[in-house]
Amino acid sequence: MRHYSSHVFPLPVSFSFWAAGLFLCLFFLLPLGVVLGVSLASRGLYGGVQWIGTFENYRRLADPMIGVIFVRSILFASLTTLVCAVVGFPLAYMVARASQRWQLVWLTLVMIPFWTNFLVRTYAWVLILRADGLVNSLLLQLGIESEPLPLLFTDLAVGVGLVYGYLPFMVLPLIVAIERIPPQLEEAAYDLYASVGAMFRHVVLPLSKPGFWAGGVLVFIPSLGAFITPYLLGGGQKMMIGTLIQQEFLVSRDWPFGSALSFGLMGTALVLWFVVSRTSLGKDVQ
Amino acid sequence: MRRLPGPIILSGGLVMVFLYFPILVLMGLSLNASTMGVAWKGFSLQWYAKLLGNPAMIEAAVNSLIIAFTSTSLSLLLGIGTAIRLEQQQSRHTSWMMAIIVLPLVIPEILLGVALLMLFVLCQIPLGFGSMIIGHMVFNLPLTVVILRARLRKMDPAWEEAARDLGATPWKVLTCITLPMLRPAIWGAALLSFTVSLDDFVVTFFVAGPGATTLPLKVFSMIKTGITPEVNALSAILVVVSMCCVGLSWIVHQRANAQSSTPSSS
Repeated sequence: MRHYSSHVFPLPVSFSFWAAGLFLCLFFLLPLGVVLGVSLASRGLYGGVQWIGTFENYRRLADPMIGVIFVRSILFASLTTLVCAVVGFPLAYMVARASQRWQLVWLTLVMIPFWTNFLVRTYAWVLILRADGLVNSLLLQLGIESEPLPLLFTDLAVGVGLVYGYLPFMVLPLIVAIERIPPQLEEAAYDLYASVGAMFRHVVLPLSKPGFWAGGVLVFIPSLGAFITPYLLGGGQKMMIGTLIQQEFLVSRDWPFGSALSFGLMGTALVLWFVVSRTSLGKDVQ
Repeated sequence: MRRLPGPIILSGGLVMVFLYFPILVLMGLSLNASTMGVAWKGFSLQWYAKLLGNPAMIEAAVNSLIIAFTSTSLSLLLGIGTAIRLEQQQSRHTSWMMAIIVLPLVIPEILLGVALLMLFVLCQIPLGFGSMIIGHMVFNLPLTVVILRARLRKMDPAWEEAARDLGATPWKVLTCITLPMLRPAIWGAALLSFTVSLDDFVVTFFVAGPGATTLPLKVFSMIKTGITPEVNALSAILVVVSMCCVGLSWIVHQRANAQSSTPSSS
């Protein structure tokens, strides 16, 4: 970190700094304030917002119907995070410890899905899982099944879609974390007659913790608020928070309740992010 | 160095297949002459031809490009200075700024969407190009700043210090040293935020007006009304475009890392 006392910045630099600050205040902080404000207001007769203060919307969050959706979402997000960690680790290790030339190739291959259209990547699973999709066509052709299996619009489909969608978010931080582990530590473990399994258990996995934490947050938060995946692969029947919020805003037009839901989602996400950033920060300082 | 354990290579390879298999299925089906199902009925580009012949599709593509280009340019305009200022001077302002820059990248996207929707509607700002460009800037600006800052942190401060010691004005240092050294990262950031903007669905979905539609919105509405081979072709186009942009930014990034970072080399 560079510190310049009494640093003079050219005018355009200072201007863009303050302009960017103003922009984010107006179009990021202010909208979040609007969400908070509307969540404390009442629903108008025809779907608008009536500025009558109430906690009713937050009280409705405790409704068992809503509680079930929150629990479902948290469950899905946790499972997604767990599966991403388990599935992502071998790939991350392979990339982190590849020879320099191969590393570039693997890293590029991991980067591309990270930046590729999420909607399209989810849609690809519709093509694979639907009644006349790839899996069912294969099963029918091979004579394993005589009727197409109901694969799409199931919890399994949503789970697979979430893992598929957010896996790169776990793999990239893991690669960074594993690369920071000096390979000599692994050599030392082997020299001391550790088996491959023991080496991973006692050396690589504990030292990859910051990567697991960072990746965990990056997977958990968006899966908690996922909207595309439960909509396309779950058929929107079994709701998650994301689909519920979308419905409150665009279908039921109950903005105050939708805002309370959004705030519940943001609160959950922020608390988690805060806790984890403290934890992994402690690890980094160490 | 010791060879990688077999099970790691096997499972890592399988996960890589898992990452690419659906994308390949999608691309394959977009080239399939069959109108229904997945049975291969021969190679055909007819679905692409059909897309190109559809004026509504061309309009959506143009809209997407305009929005992505504008939000990327404006984000660069504000982001370059912000990143430089954040990296070179730490103060109370900058730590606040860092917080509001990171937040849009970590909160669930659907929140950004509904928050902006309510702001625009309550302030009676019409939904359309303007609202979509602003919406995209809310994530493109932070993305640009984060990428540029990572690059600035790796740059050797000695060049700027030397220029200052030799009597260069701050403006001269900025234009002759900092910006040329930052150029590859600027291109990289531009390509990535262009891609993210082109691909964005959730925020766009909430702040889009009735008039203007973008390609991802088109994909979504087509999936809702029924899966046709045209959706596959459109999706495949989107995937290929993002792959090209990401690949290009990756090459720029690698070049920048390979070069010894000197102001004269770019």
